[in-house]
Amino acid sequence: MVCIINYGSGNIEALANVYRRERVPHVVADNPRDLQSGTHYILPGVGAFDPTMEMLERSGFRAALEEEVLGQRKPVLGICVGMHLLADGSEEGTHPGLGWIQGYVRKIDLSRLPSPPYLPHMGWNSVQIKSSTTLLKEIDPERGFYFLHSYYFDANETESVLATVEYGGELPCVVGGDNIFGAQFHPEKSHRNGVRLLVNFARFQ
Amino acid sequence: MLRSRITPVLLLREGGLVKTRRFGDPKYVGDPINAVKIFNEKEVDELVVFNIDATALGKEPDYKLLRDIAAESRMPLCYGGGIRDAEQGARIISLGYEKVSISSAALERSELIAELSSRVGAQSVVVTIDVRRSGILGKGYTLYTHNARRKHSVDLFDFIRKAEELGAGEILVNSIDRDGTLEGYDLRLARKIRETVTIPLSFVGGAGSVGHMEELIEAVGPVGAAAGSLFVFKGKYRAVLISYARP
Repeated sequence: MVCIINYGSGNIEALANVYRRERVPHVVADNPRDLQSGTHYILPGVGAFDPTMEMLERSGFRAALEEEVLGQRKPVLGICVGMHLLADGSEEGTHPGLGWIQGYVRKIDLSRLPSPPYLPHMGWNSVQIKSSTTLLKEIDPERGFYFLHSYYFDANETESVLATVEYGGELPCVVGGDNIFGAQFHPEKSHRNGVRLLVNFARFQ
Repeated sequence: MLRSRITPVLLLREGGLVKTRRFGDPKYVGDPINAVKIFNEKEVDELVVFNIDATALGKEPDYKLLRDIAAESRMPLCYGGGIRDAEQGARIISLGYEKVSISSAALERSELIAELSSRVGAQSVVVTIDVRRSGILGKGYTLYTHNARRKHSVDLFDFIRKAEELGAGEILVNSIDRDGTLEGYDLRLARKIRETVTIPLSFVGGAGSVGHMEELIEAVGPVGAAAGSLFVFKGKYRAVLISYARP
């Protein structure tokens, strides 16, 4: 049962719609108690790092999620700012992150972009798949995904980087290892590729 | 490589879709939910929805309709029309929109751009400007609001520079002269705007073919090539047909 965490940030409805259309059992968790029935967790997020991290903590979801993900090792997928929350911290704010994937969220370096537009990175971009992870099976890397962000996840370990996107250098756009994953783009708004990734995650063992 | 976004622009009026010519003569085009369903099937890059009544009539956005549109949409969405404060913007984002657009409210009070940007993040803030050629030989440009009825004296290039500084994530430029004409984008305007700011841009008004979009991309680099009439009408008599095409 995929559990989409509704802690106050992110496009919950669009995510639920993907799973509904694909007939994948899912539930929207409005309450930390709702996490218990889940086998896979989606942590969405839009906006800025600090307020989003604060919402996650105030909602009580942080503690409940830690038990399921760190304690019971159930898979979690952070999306957009939800992916940023998995890091140790972010240049965008002062609040520490969850620290579940080692790395820091940094602003995209404009000086490496040849000409405007610079930031935010806005639109459809191709990705480079760096891992044979089942999460990225049957993704068309050339078609890519829809990106909308100015900060990216600078992972410490190369092994954590499962896919990159070229925008002022090769930026990690899918990170992960063991049971914890993050995607920078919006799979819920990336048509075929996005649906594929979300379904792959739901089936992840 | 970052691709240009090919973006249909839908105009809402009293819950239905309309299309205008030079911001006048609105013609009923159909039901917005139906249009969104068709665009989903065509795997459209992103979609912009403007309520053209809201600001002019001092109305609040129709949250229920907006929610229904977002619930149906599988592509990134931007909404504009009647947004006057950051709280309304945040509420619309939470209904399932990736971006919100402000226009006249930003001209009246530019601090709103910063307030909205802090609240929802710069990436979600679009400042839309409606522009008409003016001056000797139409070499100048003037900003308008309220469906091209209200003229503003602020220099449009100063305004968009300020919008970028205050935290706008994108500028969407609407050419009043080209709206509904299918004659091609105002490339001179587009080039001047590209030289003025570094944030992402979208242009709408005049796209009559995929060739026009190629011209725009050639002129300014990766951009949102947006279109209204091209994607909702077919033929000389403006028969309603929802379509989509990319260069």
